[in-house]
Amino acid sequence: MGNSIKISVSNANFFYGTNQALHAVSVKIRPQFVTALIGPSGCGKSTFLRALNRMNDLIPGARLEGKIELDGENVYSDSMDVIQLRRRVGMIFQRSNPFPMSIYDNVAYGVRVNGLTKKRIELDEIVEKSLRAAALWDEIKDRLHRSAMSLSGGQQQRVCIARALAVEPEVLLMDEPASALDPISTAKIEELIYDLKRAYTIVIVTHNMQQAARVSDETGFFLTGRLVEFNETKRLFTAPTNRETEDYITGRFG
Amino acid sequence: MRKFVDRTFVVLSLSATVIILSMLFLIIGNIAYHGTERLSWEFITSNPENGMTAGGIFPAIYGTVLLVLLMSLAAVPFGVLVAIYFAEYASAESRLYRWTRMAVNNLAGVPSIVFGLFGLGFFIQSIGKAIDQTFYPGRLLYAQPSILWAAMTMAVLTLPVVIITVEETLRAVPREYREASLALGATRLQTVFRVVLPQAWSGVMTGAILAISRGAGEVAPVLFTGAAYFLPRYPSHPVDQFMHLGYHIWVLTTQSTNVEATKPLLYSTVFVLLVLTFLLNITAILIRNRMRKWATR
Repeated sequence: MGNSIKISVSNANFFYGTNQALHAVSVKIRPQFVTALIGPSGCGKSTFLRALNRMNDLIPGARLEGKIELDGENVYSDSMDVIQLRRRVGMIFQRSNPFPMSIYDNVAYGVRVNGLTKKRIELDEIVEKSLRAAALWDEIKDRLHRSAMSLSGGQQQRVCIARALAVEPEVLLMDEPASALDPISTAKIEELIYDLKRAYTIVIVTHNMQQAARVSDETGFFLTGRLVEFNETKRLFTAPTNRETEDYITGRFG
Repeated sequence: MRKFVDRTFVVLSLSATVIILSMLFLIIGNIAYHGTERLSWEFITSNPENGMTAGGIFPAIYGTVLLVLLMSLAAVPFGVLVAIYFAEYASAESRLYRWTRMAVNNLAGVPSIVFGLFGLGFFIQSIGKAIDQTFYPGRLLYAQPSILWAAMTMAVLTLPVVIITVEETLRAVPREYREASLALGATRLQTVFRVVLPQAWSGVMTGAILAISRGAGEVAPVLFTGAAYFLPRYPSHPVDQFMHLGYHIWVLTTQSTNVEATKPLLYSTVFVLLVLTFLLNITAILIRNRMRKWATR
């Protein structure tokens, strides 16, 4: 992979109406890397994440200036198929949000809406493969047709991860995926992130700096809508070049 | 002194409640008492006879049920479509949304007799006439009062309540589900039909229940649009006229040639109308509970 780039953001300014949430953010996200985004609440890291798969399109008055490219293709160009984009760039949300359907139907949902297969056997295979990749298969293989709402919070979040993996995305965006979970479930999700890195490009927003340090290869620090510092995780946490970054990671504010 | 005011207020509100309750019991008790006197299986299953002074009310029961079913078939799907547009597509700040929403709210406040006249003018004299002129030249089929147009008129009357109920249920579906669906590459249409609507079924049914409650008791909208004074036959075609329980009550009350002979029939008819409305509601509620169980299984 070397120095190749999966997502390239150059000079991105993001607005909610007249309110500017991102200021001239430029960053290159590398394939099969885990990139963590840290920063205090309201610093723009979630906005940035949701700009990558155009989830912000749903908010009236939201608009982006600048350029975001996925494999060199402009994400915000008119010719970009947003539906396809979102299939390629999956997303895991802060609050686990499985649909009130069976576990099986949850994981199969994306495959069905995208019409990826019509054959039951293939669908069964995809569901099993995705649940295995999400480290959930062994726990729930006997109750695939039970409601996903009956699972624990940590299991629900892994159903959501399996659901996202089932459509074979290239990138996974994770918006504080473990912030509502207990330490054991959190550890499982982190382990999972570590495993998934081999096949996917992962961008994770987190409030938890230890988590960022544990799971990521590169880390970006956001403050008031600016990307203050972006570096190799080890370097950013041990030798930050920016004063504000240092203050934040040493716990002086935020 | 403050304590006295406090107590007086409690007594006042309590007695107001008691008065309302006793009025309700008085009405229902009176109808149940007199209404069951002449009530028999024969009364429910036979035709009116001797200028409405004898016989039963089956055609009116049949007509009312058929009317309510046809009305629901028209009002619920249409109302759901409008509600989907309101909740899922229209931007809350857009002028189009604000105006149509206001129109729907106002529609809910229009007196029902106005709907009756609207039905006569719009469905029968405009649409019905156009259908006849286009497809059945020289014949009179759709340009006259019928159960079809009565049901349509009733549907227009009950639409606002369906739209408002369903829209509120759709809005109550958490945004997280929509986002999860869209983030998986689903279109908005797929999101609405596969994720949002299945969770709103109980709201759709609540809308239907409210529509039925309103529709089963209204007389004014069907007065000019399809209800018949007396019909020995049952409607078998959309353009047939029909007998209607509410209208039949009006007929018995005001058009009888023998008041003393009609009175027990009248009581029984009112009783049947109440029970029928109740049963239609219960049925819809049972279906809703079934769906709820099925949806959260």
